[in-house]
Amino acid sequence: MINGVTLGAVYALIAIGYTMVYGIIGMINFAHGEIYMIGAFIAVISFAVLGVVGITWVPLALLIVLIVSMLLTGLYGWTVERIAYRPLRGSFRLAPLISAIGMSIFLQNYVQIAQGARIKPLQPMVRGGIELMKGETFTVTLSYLQIIIIVVTVLLMAGFSWLIAATPLGRAQRACEQDRIMAALLGVNTDRTISLTFVLGAMLAAVAGLMTTLYYGVVDFYIGFLAGLKAFTAAVLGGIGSLPGAMLGGMLIGLIEAFWAAYFSSEYKDVAAFSILVIVLIFRPTGLLGRPEVEKV
Amino acid sequence: MTFAQRLRDAGLAALVAAVLALPLLGFETIDTGGPLGIRARFHWIAYAAVSVFIGRLALLAFFDWWRLRQGRPEPLQSNAPARKDILTRIGSQADKYLMPALIAFAIALPMMPFADRTVVDLATVVLIYVMLGWGLNIVVGLAGLLDLGYVAFYAVGAYTYALLSLNFGFGFWEALPLAGLFAATFGIILGFPVLRLRGDYLAIVTLGFGEIIRVVLLNWTDVTRGSNGITGIQRPSFFGFPFTSSPEDGQTAFHELFGLEYSSIHRIIFLYYVILVLALITNLFTMRIRKLPIGRAWEALREDEIACKALGINPTNTKLTAFAIGAMFGGFAGSFFATRQGFISPESFSFIESAVILAIVVLGGMGSQAGIVLAAAFLTLLPELAREFSLFRMLAFGAAMVLIMIWRPQGLLAHREPTLRLSTQPSSSGGGKP
Amino acid sequence: MSAAKIPLLRVEHLTMRFGGLVAVNDVSFDAWPGEITAIIGPNGAGKTTVFNCIAGFYRPSVGRLTLTNGEQQFLLERMYGNDIAGKARVARTFQNIRLFPKMTVLENLIVAQHNKLMRASGYTLLGLFGWKGYRKAEAEAVDRARYWLDRTNLLSVADEQAGSLPYGGQRRLEIARAMCTEPVLLCLDEPAAGLNPRESAELNGLLRFIRDHHNCGVLLIEHDMSVVMQISDHIIVLDYGKKIADGSPEEIRNDPAVIRAYLGEPETSEAGAA
Repeated sequence: MINGVTLGAVYALIAIGYTMVYGIIGMINFAHGEIYMIGAFIAVISFAVLGVVGITWVPLALLIVLIVSMLLTGLYGWTVERIAYRPLRGSFRLAPLISAIGMSIFLQNYVQIAQGARIKPLQPMVRGGIELMKGETFTVTLSYLQIIIIVVTVLLMAGFSWLIAATPLGRAQRACEQDRIMAALLGVNTDRTISLTFVLGAMLAAVAGLMTTLYYGVVDFYIGFLAGLKAFTAAVLGGIGSLPGAMLGGMLIGLIEAFWAAYFSSEYKDVAAFSILVIVLIFRPTGLLGRPEVEKV
Repeated sequence: MTFAQRLRDAGLAALVAAVLALPLLGFETIDTGGPLGIRARFHWIAYAAVSVFIGRLALLAFFDWWRLRQGRPEPLQSNAPARKDILTRIGSQADKYLMPALIAFAIALPMMPFADRTVVDLATVVLIYVMLGWGLNIVVGLAGLLDLGYVAFYAVGAYTYALLSLNFGFGFWEALPLAGLFAATFGIILGFPVLRLRGDYLAIVTLGFGEIIRVVLLNWTDVTRGSNGITGIQRPSFFGFPFTSSPEDGQTAFHELFGLEYSSIHRIIFLYYVILVLALITNLFTMRIRKLPIGRAWEALREDEIACKALGINPTNTKLTAFAIGAMFGGFAGSFFATRQGFISPESFSFIESAVILAIVVLGGMGSQAGIVLAAAFLTLLPELAREFSLFRMLAFGAAMVLIMIWRPQGLLAHREPTLRLSTQPSSSGGGKP
Repeated sequence: MSAAKIPLLRVEHLTMRFGGLVAVNDVSFDAWPGEITAIIGPNGAGKTTVFNCIAGFYRPSVGRLTLTNGEQQFLLERMYGNDIAGKARVARTFQNIRLFPKMTVLENLIVAQHNKLMRASGYTLLGLFGWKGYRKAEAEAVDRARYWLDRTNLLSVADEQAGSLPYGGQRRLEIARAMCTEPVLLCLDEPAAGLNPRESAELNGLLRFIRDHHNCGVLLIEHDMSVVMQISDHIIVLDYGKKIADGSPEEIRNDPAVIRAYLGEPETSEAGAA
């Protein structure tokens, strides 16, 4: 259960990136999973650098790494958008998708070349936990790390919802989502708004990357694909384009996976998540929290 | 743009590159057994920054030059359509000239002097992708359904043949139609619930389906032997005459039949022709079905589903046929793949394959049969040619996909040939009241 | 009036709710074969919603829609959109034109004859092998298309992309496409919107021709009063989802409720004097 929530928190953070980009320009940002992977790598490398420099007090190190990886990954997100998607704005639907797939392959191999294909281990930094329950045959523990992950996720999501709901940026973003041309005519700098959307999405993905790094203690260049896929599934499950939907979807996918792995078989946990998605989509074609679309004819 | 502006722009780009390079290129992680070690290699950052600087500068200069050239007043009397760029012109003529030329070349290829084993083998791989591209084109290019899990049907075809051959001793030719049928059935089973979804939802469900198939193949070890794959799949025979140096009793080997010296290349060439024929059947089928009501309905659905409904077209059934037929060709290609390799494992059917096939369709120019051939050749040959730089080949592959898309978002040879023209239709009784 | 005949389309107690909003409220009317019936009303009166219910794009909350075509009767509220078009033979056009823009004009008209051609091609199987019967059916389809292209002045652009036609041409093509389905009831959603006076006059001619020569009932939503008053045989006026008047153009012109709906509440309470 707690594992599921932790996993779900990570998926939810990545899913927000997908859902925002989809909401604003209607494209599936396939490279987003790789952005998350890059975030994880930057986190690992930053930890290592801090270790060399001698900053070992855990909270400080965590904070520095968090900021560094968010900034740098955000910059990666910006660059990807600038190079691979902006020139294709306004062309037909599949062009940016292919470009995104190409970008995803490129980033994966870029990291592989730059850092090697080997799995990067990280020493556990946050140890210990609280025992919640003690049964006869099992104990339920909640590790500090899990607490951190869940708390950070909740804080970020709250902050993020506020950002979208109450700031000029959020307003510009929602305007672009509704009608990009009209927003531009009304003086919203749509290019910048879209760029910022990518940056924000990348930053959240970086946090997710950092947290999985801490949680699992390993990174490799291939983690982006599957995580991206799951997160995208989560976004669709929740109703793509909807922020609370992405959060809910992420949590659900995380829970489903954890439960499935615990009670049935861990081999088929990916299948379980997708099957649930298909079933949900059949009964609610726009996802759990998606706005039902009335066909306007 | 002045030179100073260009310089500033390029400098900015270089700065961004340097910052981006800082963590991933600037430091190298090393395994020390214990905690992760780190080594700085800042000169890499410098390389990255400098190359981006020069690249950006060159690009800007090129853009300005290009704009200057484009902006030059055109000579009077120039008729505008003639200024279409060369690829568009090739695209509009592709069906008439390019395709026959390509087919002729393909037929003649094994007889060319340079055609050794490697070349024919490579050409076979290209043709597999051409066939997959043409198959997927029915789904994506004609019907406009975004299918990100096409490889699933390829896998179904391959495993159908492999298992039939292994467990029931089916030969390639007997199993081929079954593999297609089975893949089409899968297409219908998948398509029935999900084809009502709008475009992008369909994409994710097909993507998920592709992954499910792969995971099942990987884990259902009793039947599929999991990640070990299936070996010893029966090789195809020349209509009952096997390609072996020493046939079993009562059998005639291919080389004996024609009185040739035994050579292993016979089979390779034979396989090449098999896939060529299969691919050409796919092509012929597509060209024909475009001119039938179902093909036109696919294209109409791609354009406007609501209008189709208002004309009495059943969207779900129409999409389902496109999906099933696309899947069928995927299945054919899959069983050919199995018989050619003699060995299959779930690894051959990962998402990246689906992505490459989709990229072939889109890069080629949606709906352009010749464009798909070019894109398939390009995307399969590029990694092969770059084999020496094995480390960088996938990097280049990804970059090339992005660059081509930016260069020609509509695809290499985008062109749609009308399925019928009024001017070529015989005029009957003269337009009386129908 | 044609009271002895059976109406082509009988709408009874049609009500459509979207959540709490009642877009159409208990509307009943008849449309007769060989007549042009116009539905008019201010913006937001629920005209297009009525259309969408008839054409099967919405399922009405309450009400019965009966289409009678000779011996056959169809209850439209129980049918899917594509069956309404295919089996009950109700064709429609759209307020914001919906053509197949990348296909040629001729192809648009051939797609409209899909169901017929599907049968002729043996559901694709026979057609794939170039069966003769299919070729004949296709030639007939082309003839029908040519006939309507001729009627709509589009013969010269038959092989152009539909999306490249000027606006008026696209409007006419949409009507031609609807007619190629050989409908018994043609529903036109603001066909004159955006047309210049000359094109609008041509449209009147075309609609009269359809009514007189093809025994096809026409149901029309229109804002352009010059079109409505000139060609309609029968007008229904909606306001706030309710029917407020029903009658010949002459009656409608003098109906106090209609004048009120269009011109607003007059200051004096005795509005009927007009």
